[in-house]
Parts: sequence; C-alpha cells; structure tokens
Amino acid sequence: MELEKFELGATPLKESAIKDGSVLTLHKKPNLRYAWDNGVAIGRYLTELKEGRIIARKCNKCRRIMIPPRMFCELCWRPTDEWVYVRDTGTVNTFSICYVNWDASRIKEGEKPHIPAVIEIDGASPGMGILHVLGEVEPDKVKIGMKVRAVWKKPEEREGSITDILYFKPARG
Amino acid sequence: MAYQRVAIVGAGITKFVRRAQETGKELAAQASKMALESCGMTMKDIECVSLGTAPDAFDGVHMKGEYLSDGSGGWRKPYMRQFVGGGTGVFAPVHGWYHVASGMFDTCLVVCSEKMSSCHPHPQGAFKTIFDHTTEQPLNPTLIWIFALEMNRFMSTYGITKEEIALVSVKNKKNAMDHPAAQLPMEITVEDVMNSETLAWPVNRLDISPASDGAAAIVLASEHVAKRITDKPVWIDGVGWNLDSAYWATRDLYYPRYVEKAARMAYKMAGITEPQREIEIAEPYDPFDYKELHHMEGLLLADRGKAVEMLLDGKTQRDGDRPMCPSGGALGVGNPIAATGLMKIIEIFLQLRGEAGKRQVPGNPKCGLAQAWGDLMQVGTVVVMRI
Amino acid sequence: MRERVAIAGLGYTAFTSVSPGSSYRELTYEAAVKAYEEAGIEPKDVDSFVCTSEDMLEGYSISDEYCNDQLGAVLKPAQTIPGDFLHSLAVGVMHILTEQFDIVVVQALSKASNMKTIPDLLNFAFDPVLNRPLDVTAYALAGLEMNRFLTDGRATREQCAAVVVKNKANALKNPLAGYGASISIEHVLESEPVAEPVRLLDIAPYADGAVVMVLCSEKLAPSLTDKPVWITGIGWSTDSPTIESRDWSGAVAVRLAGDMAYRMAGITCPAREIDLAEVNDEISFKELQHLEALRLFEPGQAGRATEDGQTSPGGALPVNVSGGGLGVGHLFECSGAQKVLELVLQLRGEAGSRQVPGAGVGLAQAWRGIPTTSAAVAILSA
Repeated sequence: MELEKFELGATPLKESAIKDGSVLTLHKKPNLRYAWDNGVAIGRYLTELKEGRIIARKCNKCRRIMIPPRMFCELCWRPTDEWVYVRDTGTVNTFSICYVNWDASRIKEGEKPHIPAVIEIDGASPGMGILHVLGEVEPDKVKIGMKVRAVWKKPEEREGSITDILYFKPARG
Repeated sequence: MAYQRVAIVGAGITKFVRRAQETGKELAAQASKMALESCGMTMKDIECVSLGTAPDAFDGVHMKGEYLSDGSGGWRKPYMRQFVGGGTGVFAPVHGWYHVASGMFDTCLVVCSEKMSSCHPHPQGAFKTIFDHTTEQPLNPTLIWIFALEMNRFMSTYGITKEEIALVSVKNKKNAMDHPAAQLPMEITVEDVMNSETLAWPVNRLDISPASDGAAAIVLASEHVAKRITDKPVWIDGVGWNLDSAYWATRDLYYPRYVEKAARMAYKMAGITEPQREIEIAEPYDPFDYKELHHMEGLLLADRGKAVEMLLDGKTQRDGDRPMCPSGGALGVGNPIAATGLMKIIEIFLQLRGEAGKRQVPGNPKCGLAQAWGDLMQVGTVVVMRI
Repeated sequence: MRERVAIAGLGYTAFTSVSPGSSYRELTYEAAVKAYEEAGIEPKDVDSFVCTSEDMLEGYSISDEYCNDQLGAVLKPAQTIPGDFLHSLAVGVMHILTEQFDIVVVQALSKASNMKTIPDLLNFAFDPVLNRPLDVTAYALAGLEMNRFLTDGRATREQCAAVVVKNKANALKNPLAGYGASISIEHVLESEPVAEPVRLLDIAPYADGAVVMVLCSEKLAPSLTDKPVWITGIGWSTDSPTIESRDWSGAVAVRLAGDMAYRMAGITCPAREIDLAEVNDEISFKELQHLEALRLFEPGQAGRATEDGQTSPGGALPVNVSGGGLGVGHLFECSGAQKVLELVLQLRGEAGSRQVPGAGVGLAQAWRGIPTTSAAVAILSA
C-alpha cells in the first residue's frame, strides 16, 4: 500500500467558517471543581509556607532531603524519616523567558516576560529542585547556576500556597 | 519465545489538519476504514479494538474513550483504551501487541484519534492541568515552560546552539513535503526558525509542532493470520515503555533516562545489541525540534551529546546513513498527539515494505523503530519493527 | 491449556466517604505497601505496573503522570488504563500470558470526595452536541433504563428495593464498608425521588479508597503465596455509546464480557458453576439486570430470587456479600477492585463473619457507570 493511492480523510475547516456561522458550533464551559486532600506531606509543606519557611522530608536510607516533601521515598520504597527545614535560597538549574500565558495567549504589550525556573533549594539534596518563577531581574541577566532568594508575601497575605513565595530574585545585587 | 509473534498488516491515516470538520469519532472511523481496506479485511475479522487518545480536556468529553468507541469500531467487541500521555501513540501498538501476543486474540484493530481543536481558545490551555495541582498549577504554568526548561538544560550541558537545533525543524518540515497527510510541509531556513516569534526562550514558533486534528489506525495479526493476509507483514519484534518520577524538577533534564530504559526493554526483546548499527531508520518523537536529538541519545542511536553531529553531518537526512523522521515527523506532518505516534509507526511500516513513495529511504532497510514521549518529560514508548 | 495467572498479593485501604488525612499518593502507598508485603516482593521485582485512572476523575490532564511514585514504580514500565480496575486486571493477565512478564502490579484508586461537581462531571460524559445541551442529570439515564426494566416486567419496584436492603445489611458485616445499614424496603421506596423510578437510596453513595494487587505467573506463584487465587477467565466489552441506539434493557456489554470470561474459564453453566458473585449495583436494579445478563438467573428471575433470599448470604448464590456499591460505596474506577478484593478474601477463607462456606469459584463484574456501556468480568477460583 502507498498512502498516495488512498483518498485520505479529514476535511480542513477555516476558523472563519466558525466565525461567520457557516459551520455551527456549540460552546460549553465545564463546571469541574476539585478540592484535593493535601495529605500529610504537602499539608505540612503548605502550613510551613504560610509561616515563611520551606520544609523538606529526609529519607535515612538514601539520605536524600526531598522537596516537595513526601511521606514515602519513591526510590527506596520506604517511609521517609524526618522533617528538615531547608533554606529559602537556591540555585537556578534551568530557566526560560516566556512570552505566552498558560492558555497560549500572548502576554500583554509592555508586560514583562515570565521567567519560570527550576530552582535547586539550598539545604535539600543536590538536584532537588522546585518549579517557580524569577523576579526583580532583567531577562538577559538570568544565568544557569545563578544564586537566588525567595521573596515572600507579607505574613498577613499568606494563605498556605506555593504562591506565598511571590518569586525568587538574584541573591546578590 | 512463548508468545505469539505479532505483525502489522494494514494501516490507515487521515490528513492532519489544524481544524477538521469531522468529529473525533468520524476521524477514527475514516482511519479505521482505510486500515481495514488496505489489507482486505472487515470489522467482522477484527477480534478486539485498542484505542489511544490524549487528554479528555482536548475534546471536552469526560471518559473520551467511551465516547469514541463506536467510531473506533469498538461496538460489541472487547474494546479498551490505554493511556500514557504523549507516549500514547506509540504505546497503542504495544497495547495491541499484548492483546495478540498473549494468545487471547488473533487480530486487533489499533486506533488513535485526536481532536485538539475542540478546546478553546487553544488546546495549550488543557495542558495547565498536567502540572501538580497544589505545588505547580498556582504558578499558571504553560506546557511550553517544561520544553523550554528542558531545551535550555540540554543546550547548556553540551554547548549546542539554537541554530544547530533549528536544522531539525528545517529537515522535518521539508521531509513532510512528500507526505500526503502533512499539515505543515515547508521549505524553510535556519534563519526562518531563528526569526520566528519567541514563545518561551529558547523556544520559537518554528521550533514547535502545531496543534492538529487527525487519526491513524493499524491492523495487527498473529503470525498464522498475518501470513494469510499479506506477503509483507511487518513484525513487532520489540516493545518497551518506561515512566520516570512525577517529581520532574528533581531530576536532570538533559538526558531522558526513561527513554533509554524503554529502548533497552524493546532491544532486549528484539535481540538488538548494537542499536546504532542495527536500527537502520527511526521516527523519534519530535514535538519540538531539540526533542529529536534528545531522543536519539536516549534511544542509544547517538552517543550522549553527539546527536547534533549526526544532524550536522547530514546522516539523519532521508538519504543519509541513519534517516530520522523521514515522514516529516510531528514538526512537519502535524501533531494530533496520539495519532502522531501511530503515524510514525505507519511510516516505519511503509518504509520497511518499500511503499513510502517519494519518502522512501534508499537501501531497503529491514529494521526500524518508532518512539513517543510525554507526560512531565517522563514517559518513553518504543516499538522495534522488522520485515 | 493456557497458563493461569495468580493473585499473590493484596493491599487495600478501608472504603470511606471521605479521606482527608491522606493525599491520593498516600492512599495508594498504603495499599501498595500491604500488597508487596503480603507477596514478599519489592517494587524492583515487578515487571510492569498497570494503573487505572481517568483524567477528569483525578482532576488532572494526563493523569498517568502521577501513578507511579507511590507504587515504587519510578523508571519502570508503567501505564494507565482509563477504564475500570477489571480492565487493568485484564491487561495484567495479558502481560503475564505473553510470558515476557512474571510479576505485574495492578492498582486503582477513588478520591470521589475530592470531586466537588460530580453531577456536572457525569453530564460532561454525554455526547456534547446531541445530549449535553438537554441538561438533564446523569441519573435521568438510570431512570429511563430502570423504567424500561420495570415496564418490561423484569422485576418489581419492591424487588429492586430488596437489593438495597440486602446489600446495606451485608455491609454491616464488612469492616471495610462505609455505608452499612439496617433498613427496610419502605425506607428505599419512601426515600427522596431523584429520577423516578430511581430514588435516593437506590443509588450507591460515593466512597474513597485504594486497592493494589500483585499478579504473577503460575510457575512463580508457589514462591510468592501459599494461597493463590487464580484468574481463570476475564472478559470485557462495550456496547453502543450513543443513547439513541443502545439496548435499554439487556446490558449487552455485560453479557458479552461474561461470555468471553466464561469461555476462557471453561464455564458452560454459570448458574451452577459460580459459587458467589460481586456484580455492579451502582443503581439497585442494575444488580438484577447484570445477574441476568451474566446468565446467573433467567431473564425476569433475579428479582424474585432476591426476594426469596437466594442471593443473600447463605442463599444458593450469594451476591455482593461485601455490601456491593450500595453498601461499600461507589468507587468509580476502583469499583471493580473492591469486588475482586472481596472474592479473593472469600476464596482464601479470610472473609470473617461474612465468609461464604465452601466458596470455590467467584465472579466479579464491573460497569463503567452512567452514561457508558462498558463492562468487564473476571472469574476467580481458589
């Protein structure tokens, strides 16, 4: 068989056909809401964020200090052993300069690009990073290996969320 | 070998388009019909059906597998959907493989259908909910973030430039000129890629595959049935899949260990000890241009950090020593997620049979591979095929 | 003769209306630890992991991402099946029958309490163009089907209510069950109407829980367990997904799935050869409909048999001794797992005060729920 010998299905449709109504569409916004149980590990993590601290969990077998914390070590397959406070500073493992929003729309004219980064947190085991964003830095100044520090919301504004850290900024300068 | 040997005996595909008039069901039915016709079979000959399709959020239907069942030929048959995120398309024949290899069935219709355009305003929006709901989603991430973070890590680890990586996009979009299902066949230059809109540095518009609607299907048969149907069965000789931790930010993104594990599993089953010599043609998953290189290394088809040299030397061109994505890949043919993986399987099927038309690679390859990838940079699925 | 597949390890949590103390990860971890402990294995011994997940039930797109850490399955072959646990079990069986895999782990989880808009969620499974705009509750579909079932003379309203009475009473003897109660037929008939003839007590209430099982090949079974339970038959099927063209009374998919499982297990007279059954009873009448589709009773006879106590513990064919969905709770994709779990406990003689004497062959059946027509069946023997 050769594809060229078949009439292939799928009829391309232009966006304009939807806009001008020559092809009819139905819209429906799903009403799907969830309230996820945080459980023990993430529950404590969020509670500590509200207090302006970052907490990790240690496995005494592989000796990894893990963030985000978890009640079991997924590599050693055993319960983790102790809570360990880690610092709110870290190192940029990798980053991006992003000009689109989560829904693929372009950021507004004049709005600064988002700078998502994987940040290896000081005090956690090497390579233990979290996803967050960088702020108070020009995009062209961001480098892999750069030291950064958390900028927290005011205590009264914190709600027990990863966004209680507004962003990470360069540790010096 | 205690299992039934399994062959691909027929294939079908729709055009990949930005927005199809057809529903997901109708696309699935079109691809399935072509697959059956291509090997002279009917639904009566099919004993079971396996479906692959990516997140339900694309189509906006809960339990999408149930919704798509009639279009996929599942009516009153053992019908099951499998799911490994972006790896689903190449996992589809794996799922079909164990249906037949187990001896429970002799024939299986494998269908992958994707209708991304139903998701408004853009299918990318559906991807926000792939991130951890508590520790990541509040940051409003987009899927492009993780690609950009991974690409940056890959580039900086080996000192590879964006210009070098852009050559993958140039190659694949050009290859797609010869694919009748292609959505984005183009003759472009490295400069075009570099000058296209920056979405999330280092990712530009032309580094990325498009959102697409489309479907693909294949027919699997056990050895004794396959030999009755065709004199050119293509054998699934090795299957492999592997899933790394969801704690993606805690592992180094420069190298896909899960792809290597999946490949080693498939190679072991297929008796392949020297992949760089034995795998003559491959369709690594290329939703972004750097992924082709990243995956060649994970698949052990290139040494670590060296895939880019094969690219620069022209070895991965269609007429090169080791053609990669001769179809045009996700970058050129389009990327209706699950259907893309199966499109790659179909390309290797046609290439090994010498039926790839203008896309045919020289040298009568006898052994090829298709691979897909997905989730939070986490899953690898691999199929090794021989004629 | 094809190789048989054994269930060699069993891990589970209790089934509860809420589970705020554990995240979905911690719930599965709890079940997995027990399953591995029982089989005396570690995750590294496992050849593949099959998880059960459906994106919008988990509240994730690409929910398979989050299936493996809590199973110890990092960098292992792992996949998900958007189906019932019984579908995943079928995958595990196929894996082992290829003889490329010796040990396979199968998992399912319900965090129903975390889903805050279940009626909308179920409505979101309807055909988006033809049915969804009518904005009827998913239970209306159960009402349509039940009405047809009653009008066709397949059972009386009271007989359907008797299913609820039986299953909730059975659940009182199951320490894992969340919804045991001692109620009467009148309680059911007088409960709040939802979509007549379906009333509130006809509907299985939602529950949380996790189940993990270790499957292994026949040759490996003696080294993992003293009490293997064998999966001798497995089948699955799907009827028409469209409301416009489905068979409203017959549960065709259940019949086809059952026939496939019986064929594989070499069962020719199910009513005589099956000792106990755990069937889907998400809505009261479904238990009767499913028993008949499975040829465990003649059409129109399951209702009377229930009234007569034939399906009660101590009857000729005990059905849903565990309490079923009505008594244990509806566990979404984990529903079939609870049923297999009960059979394994019964076939091992570990079911405590609800033990069915002499249980040798059991049947578990799942249905994927409103509005689907997908079903799966497993036959287990001691």
